[in-house]
Amino acid sequence: MSSIISVANLSKTYGSGFRALKNVNLDIRRGEIFALLGPNGAGKTTLISIICGIANPSEGRTLVGGEDIRASYRKARSLIGLVPQELHTDAFETVWATVSFSRGLFGKPKNSAHIEKVLKDLSLWDKKDNKIITLSGGMKRRVMIAKALSHEPQVLFLDEPTAGVDVELRKGMWEVVRTLQQSGVTIILTTHYIEEAEEMADRIGVINKGEIVLVEDKATLMQKLGRKRLTLHLQGRLNALPDSLSQYELELCDSGTTLVYDYDTKGERTGITSLLSDLRSAGVRFNDLETTQSSLEDIFVDLVRTS
Amino acid sequence: MNYRAVRAIYLFEMARTWRTLLQSIVSPVVSTSLYFVVFGAAIGSRISQVEGVSYGTFIVPGLIMLSVLTQSIANASFGIYFPKFAGTIYEILSAPISYFEIVLGYVGAAATKSIILGLIILATAGLFVPLHILHPVWMLTFLVLTAVTFSLFGFVIGIWADGFEKLQMIPMLVVTPLTFLGGSFYSINMLPPAWHSVALLNPVVYLISGFRWSFYEIADVSPIVSIGMTLAFLVACLVVIWWIFRTGYRLKN
Repeated sequence: MSSIISVANLSKTYGSGFRALKNVNLDIRRGEIFALLGPNGAGKTTLISIICGIANPSEGRTLVGGEDIRASYRKARSLIGLVPQELHTDAFETVWATVSFSRGLFGKPKNSAHIEKVLKDLSLWDKKDNKIITLSGGMKRRVMIAKALSHEPQVLFLDEPTAGVDVELRKGMWEVVRTLQQSGVTIILTTHYIEEAEEMADRIGVINKGEIVLVEDKATLMQKLGRKRLTLHLQGRLNALPDSLSQYELELCDSGTTLVYDYDTKGERTGITSLLSDLRSAGVRFNDLETTQSSLEDIFVDLVRTS
Repeated sequence: MNYRAVRAIYLFEMARTWRTLLQSIVSPVVSTSLYFVVFGAAIGSRISQVEGVSYGTFIVPGLIMLSVLTQSIANASFGIYFPKFAGTIYEILSAPISYFEIVLGYVGAAATKSIILGLIILATAGLFVPLHILHPVWMLTFLVLTAVTFSLFGFVIGIWADGFEKLQMIPMLVVTPLTFLGGSFYSINMLPPAWHSVALLNPVVYLISGFRWSFYEIADVSPIVSIGMTLAFLVACLVVIWWIFRTGYRLKN
């Protein structure tokens, strides 16, 4: 699959000397939903701002649809729709006027049918003549999505689209995003909610302290998530593992009082039954046992801590 | 050239004018009428003619300039400051639109408003005093040049300001005094010689003088010098705006 966005060696240093992005390299594939995860202040919004033309990069090169964002900014930007994190709206405009304004701003000819479709898809049609100031937070968020879609972009950036949005609305938003993807739009979303990335994304990227620390297919990540860990608390101390248990790749921890076994829940056999019976024959006894499953959250927290 | 974007910004800004008709048009007209009542009728009736015209008639070009200057700055500075304040500037910056087009949209709308306002004040003045315009084409040229130049200046202030106080500061502290001291209400030839020389350092003197010349052929300085100074200020504003967009000053950092 070809890249629709290609970021190479991108850095950003603010006037204060703060390095928000450090040599970022990232390729977004055409048609995918890419989730960018990262803690607050990791550089997610800065990265999006640079790609969209809101902030100037200090170094590096970015291509959108093969067009350089600085040299051919007109072509590059006309491919992009941006929904920023904050609810920035023209309070006194009507929904219809503000969405039509966005279309004009991106140089597209008037097309009432398209605007009507966008507003209907986002359940805003009956609010089209309302002033934005009268709308609820969730509706304002959808107005901003409508503005971003008004000029038929190929790439849509959603910067924390569901922050502070209730569960039902969040599910509705996911539905909208899926429909968009089916119509061929590439979607890049940033989020704090691991659940959201798990639910929506084809690929997941993790950014921390201005650096991309991981980019992986969700499926691959989920395989890692499929691993479980069995921990056995032994009755006595074990100096070494008996040879009869060597096939299990066990780990002896806590000065020989704990045995750890990692296994795959998706495998045909987990190997637990045979392990337990082999332990018994080897004379290894235990007081207690527990199993834990690593989540995307654990992986995320781990990455962020070690990076 | 992204004409549709320029049109969108221009119409958006003009829509704001119609929405806020009271502040945009009615209030400057009311305050100008008050000037006529106070300076034209009450005080003016005690003043004999100034350089061959009645005092009430003499102050008309100055009053129009006073409004055009302040309103151009107010309209353009607010027009660009407000999206910065509300955050909606993100959309302008991320749109496929050049800096020139952004300026054309915002400054064009601000200048249009103050030109309309200038003409309304001119019509209002006609109700109070007899008017004649000897060089209507030059009158319109000065009006348009001044509106555009000071809208550009207002645009610069709107970008520079990072709070509502700063938005008010330059107009209040610099522009209003310069306008009052620039011969809106008197000919600088009426000043003592020393002050006359000081007044020539005030750029507004040239604008008002040229504008008044187009009405009555009365001028403090030659109209050629007036046009020259106005164009010089226009170019200076354009250079500052070019620099702002080139560096992203207060916009992209």
